[in-house]
Amino acid sequence: MSGADIPVRVARVETVAERIKRIRFVPVDGRPLPTFSAGAHTVVTMRDGAKTIKNPYSLMGPLGDTTGYEISVLRTNNSHGGSQFVHEKLFEGAFVTISHPSNLFALDLRARKHLLIAGGIGITPIMAMADQLHQIGTPFELHYSTRTPSSGAYVDELKQRYGRKIHHYQTVSARRIDLANLLSQQPLGTHLYVCGPDVMIEDVLRLAREAGWPEQHLHAEHFTSPRGGLPFDVELAKSARTVRVKEDESILQALESAGLEPPYLCRGGACGQCETAVLSCDGNILHYDHYLTDEEKEQGRKIMICVSRIKGQRVTLDL
Amino acid sequence: MLVDGIKSRPQYPGLTADAFAKVHVFAADGDGAQAVIDLFERQGRDINGRVIVVYADTAPGAPDYASRLEALPVELVHCMPTVATAITRLVGVLNVARMGTRIYASGTETMIGLTVQLAQELGMDPATVITEHRGSRARRVQCVHCKGMTENVTTNIVTCAHCGLSLLVRDHYSKRRAAFQGVCVDAEVRGEIPEITEIFK
Repeated sequence: MSGADIPVRVARVETVAERIKRIRFVPVDGRPLPTFSAGAHTVVTMRDGAKTIKNPYSLMGPLGDTTGYEISVLRTNNSHGGSQFVHEKLFEGAFVTISHPSNLFALDLRARKHLLIAGGIGITPIMAMADQLHQIGTPFELHYSTRTPSSGAYVDELKQRYGRKIHHYQTVSARRIDLANLLSQQPLGTHLYVCGPDVMIEDVLRLAREAGWPEQHLHAEHFTSPRGGLPFDVELAKSARTVRVKEDESILQALESAGLEPPYLCRGGACGQCETAVLSCDGNILHYDHYLTDEEKEQGRKIMICVSRIKGQRVTLDL
Repeated sequence: MLVDGIKSRPQYPGLTADAFAKVHVFAADGDGAQAVIDLFERQGRDINGRVIVVYADTAPGAPDYASRLEALPVELVHCMPTVATAITRLVGVLNVARMGTRIYASGTETMIGLTVQLAQELGMDPATVITEHRGSRARRVQCVHCKGMTENVTTNIVTCAHCGLSLLVRDHYSKRRAAFQGVCVDAEVRGEIPEITEIFK
């Protein structure tokens, strides 16, 4: 983490679509918030009774607005209480803290053109990108696909602002994105950004590689929420403690509940900040991150504690 | 006097074919043609789709590279008399190119540097250009004082063609300018110039 968290107040909660709420935070002390670039996220710390929830959310913009930050939250069923808490218990006037923004999904401004692809709630960082590109006047097009017309948060808002640069698709209808065609029609010097469900990200990246796009031009937001699993024990070699990781929490969350403060940044298996050495494990590591290489995952000597778990009884970490 | 380990000094790992590319654009000068010919021999089956070669025929008394390039399974060879005219032709080819086009550069550092510079100006990441050095190591040098370019520098110290200062040619390289940096070598005692030797042959 960089710097202390910032105390903020929920200034507005707005239902923008089925299961999607937009939240506006304003600083408690009234001082300007740090500026951020498109693609940045903040980690929001919320207290639900005795439980502390920390979730990363992309900042939607508008860019340059230092009087408040806006995020959008999709209510998910397999949530660890994060999105559920936001939807049921986070009201206007509530106090939470947020981290300084950091960006793992930045625009490459050397590009001649930017191709933005979003699926569902993946629209949030992409909206900030559209805003930034509109401000600096670099050509872009945005392809946004949603499950149903009413789940399409922000379609009208985007169309109003950017007109024909916005292409909307409904995955339940026949109007699906013809990705292969889209990817083969882009001028040299285009960079691609994709954010959405994992399957969509994998599809887009695979098709882009097959279409001859170089790796350096492909950018994806790979936030993963920690998923549940069987409980297990984490033995901490340096601090000589054992902490139980329950079904519905990540190793990082369990350690934080036990009063420890391991380093983290994205809490989504993307940034590498919480990489931890595994000294021993009586089962298998279930790597859910997008950071370690396949080789490192195979070797089993490192784990990203924000999202990954083990299948076994006990793992010893170098903490 | 040349400082080792300068990170900006370009590396040229050698040509390899991008099997996914739909269009392959080769930019070469002089003996760089042989690198293209060697690549087709080595990895020809991985080169699918259209192939366009822009060649600056600058190798003095060299084998007839132009017709050897035309003998390859390529769509078009643009044979140009100089590096400058080849780069102008390359602008025409790449301006209308789409993603899925892979750019290769082989030959002198100047040819490679100007190709990478052009790719970058067109929005491509410079690391996407696949490069192989062949032939002369003569450098294109930018004077850090007057910003003028001096071409085909083969000595460790050169007189700036624009402002006349004696420049020490460094490994520091600007991808944006496609040039090594030349810094005044006798700034402290004017006229006190180390021995000049030909080191970039």
